[in-house]
Amino acid sequence: MTPARPAGGSLDSLLATKEIVVFCGSGGVGKTSVAAAAGVAAATRLGGKVLVLTIDPARRLASALGLEGFGNVEKQVPVEAFKAAGLEPRGELWAAQLDTKRSWDELVLRHAPDEETAYRILENRLYTNITGRFVQSHDYIAMERLFDIHSTGSYDLIVIDTPPTRNAIDFLEAPARMADFFGGRLLRWLTMPYRMGGRRGARVLNVASRPFYQLADRILGSQFLQDIAEFFLSFQSMYEGFAQRAQAVERLLHDRRTTFAVVTTLEGAPLREAQLFIEQLIKRDFHLGALVLNKTLPDYLLSPDGAGAADALEAEAGPLAEVLAGTEVPELGDTARTARVLRTIGESFRNFAVVAKREAELKTELSRVPDAVVNVPNFEVDIYDVSGLARIGDCLFAS
Amino acid sequence: MRPAPDLLARRLLFFTGKGGVGKSTVTAAAALLAAERGQRVLVVEADAKGNLPGHFEQPSVGFDPREVYPGVFAMAMRTEDSLKEYLKLNLRVPVLGRLGPLARVLDFVATAAPGVKEILTVGKICWEVRESIEGRSSWDLVVVDAAATGHIIGQLDAPRAIQELVSVGMVREQTDWMVELLSDPAVTALNVVATPEEMPVNETIELVGRARAELSVPLGAVIVNRVLPELFTRADEETFEAIRGDEPRAVLTERVGPGATAVLEAARLAVSLRRTRAAHLAELREAVELSMLYLPYLFVRDQGLRVTKMIADSLAQELGL
Repeated sequence: MTPARPAGGSLDSLLATKEIVVFCGSGGVGKTSVAAAAGVAAATRLGGKVLVLTIDPARRLASALGLEGFGNVEKQVPVEAFKAAGLEPRGELWAAQLDTKRSWDELVLRHAPDEETAYRILENRLYTNITGRFVQSHDYIAMERLFDIHSTGSYDLIVIDTPPTRNAIDFLEAPARMADFFGGRLLRWLTMPYRMGGRRGARVLNVASRPFYQLADRILGSQFLQDIAEFFLSFQSMYEGFAQRAQAVERLLHDRRTTFAVVTTLEGAPLREAQLFIEQLIKRDFHLGALVLNKTLPDYLLSPDGAGAADALEAEAGPLAEVLAGTEVPELGDTARTARVLRTIGESFRNFAVVAKREAELKTELSRVPDAVVNVPNFEVDIYDVSGLARIGDCLFAS
Repeated sequence: MRPAPDLLARRLLFFTGKGGVGKSTVTAAAALLAAERGQRVLVVEADAKGNLPGHFEQPSVGFDPREVYPGVFAMAMRTEDSLKEYLKLNLRVPVLGRLGPLARVLDFVATAAPGVKEILTVGKICWEVRESIEGRSSWDLVVVDAAATGHIIGQLDAPRAIQELVSVGMVREQTDWMVELLSDPAVTALNVVATPEEMPVNETIELVGRARAELSVPLGAVIVNRVLPELFTRADEETFEAIRGDEPRAVLTERVGPGATAVLEAARLAVSLRRTRAAHLAELREAVELSMLYLPYLFVRDQGLRVTKMIADSLAQELGL
């Protein structure tokens, strides 16, 4: 850990030594593009077999990576896509998109004691609801899938971007929370009357649980409660496998072969969240590898020369327009128009300079940052192909 | 394009949007604008990040509404509190003393059975609106900083989802009036906040499509936040390009100093950013067929009451108020 200092680090040693790089940060900061760019740069410069596991890529980015319509299938990004960008990759780039529902189904099929139980779970309407909507389930399954792919030993490097969550740190706790959830005491208590009465059997209520069930029946209806209990009874048969698996996922995230890169823009809210996230990573003893400051404005906006010139353009727009008319450039004959344009140019510089100053100030407010702090400039155009990703990749590797 | 509806005349406004587009800022601004126009506004933070009162320079709030600005009362949604209130109002149960552990269990059920947590959120919101409409409470308008685009359908569809999952019981009976209230275009509107960038635009288009297909909640407006100013008219842009030429640039450098190049470059960046975004805006406009409200990019400040007020002013202009 070092105190905040001007950006100047690079991701190349992390990408060369780690096996998993998890990109995280609040929504809208450009995690997906940065993660994909890291994959492109690693495959191009370092070689080896690299996988980009992405959660929710923009459509054009997905199609650039060849990910249209193929959930959970790892596909190689065609070498032609690199050649079109003037790149000669030393390694292979693969990409996969997370299909939450399918990943859950695979998990159930893997852990269920028998096929009958598996299908009973898959067909349960609560299951469909949970896997489709339960927010935490996305967090968990992303980490689970990462573990799954890593265990196949097929890749030298896996870069993953994290799902959009209410709270950027949710997914760190997802494995532990999932294990708690299915093994919890409350759940056992809840399903007990049904267990004692046998599956689908009548409830056997004891003194402690009777008031709860009477109340719950009035509120939710007994059928719904029974559905819930039945679902969890089925799920409990998988508990052992599930809990072990969650622990293994947790271990992998803590493993020194795994590192985290926090992505943020230099805006108040995302930056505060990034700061919080950095603190949480340190507190929980995860490896904090890098901080990526994305979409930053160019440094020239901070130059005193620029500010002076902008002021002069605004203050002396009229006389300057007269001088420019003297250059005999045909478009500069209308001095009123030229003066208006000069004033606009000066004003626009001052506008953007204020934002650039705010960015610079926010950067100094970051108290604890990892060794590698990387600046990625705000590209004026959207990044949606390998050549664009390579441009971001250049920034990640620049030293 | 339909004309901008008189949004503030409704009773319940939801605001959703992709993370990072300024959803909370716009929600706060809408609340402030309504309050400035004499309405008594409840603003509900349903996408709990705890920073909504920050837009009024106030510390975070709890489940009980607190005035954060003259006429604006803020509350943070907490499903456990919502459940307790519900039980107290509807059951008048003698077990109230033992509600602690019971609420924990029910909260657990809520986590396990999706839709329950959402119904406790939407239910409380609808209840506040209904109480006001029927004169037992005094909110002229309830404004909700709702779930982000990825989760808003689940949140607003909760009453219907519960109707499907739960066939009998009190919760089931309560969902009918909620669905009715949420579906009434005179009462409710779902508004989407976006920025003119690729992902927010895509998500907005997708959400509007899904909302039309899957929800009965009427759509309000699409609010485009952080729109960069158009620097030049087409003719002015030709002049700008001419100024960037070698000779004029050299003349300017001589007159205003070596910073001239940076200033010209900054203007080129501004033009280029605006152009990329304009394409996304055009796509959005064409795809959603909803009234669009445009809010300018604010160079001066990032967040806080000053920004909330500036956004509220722009919103007023866009609504023709």
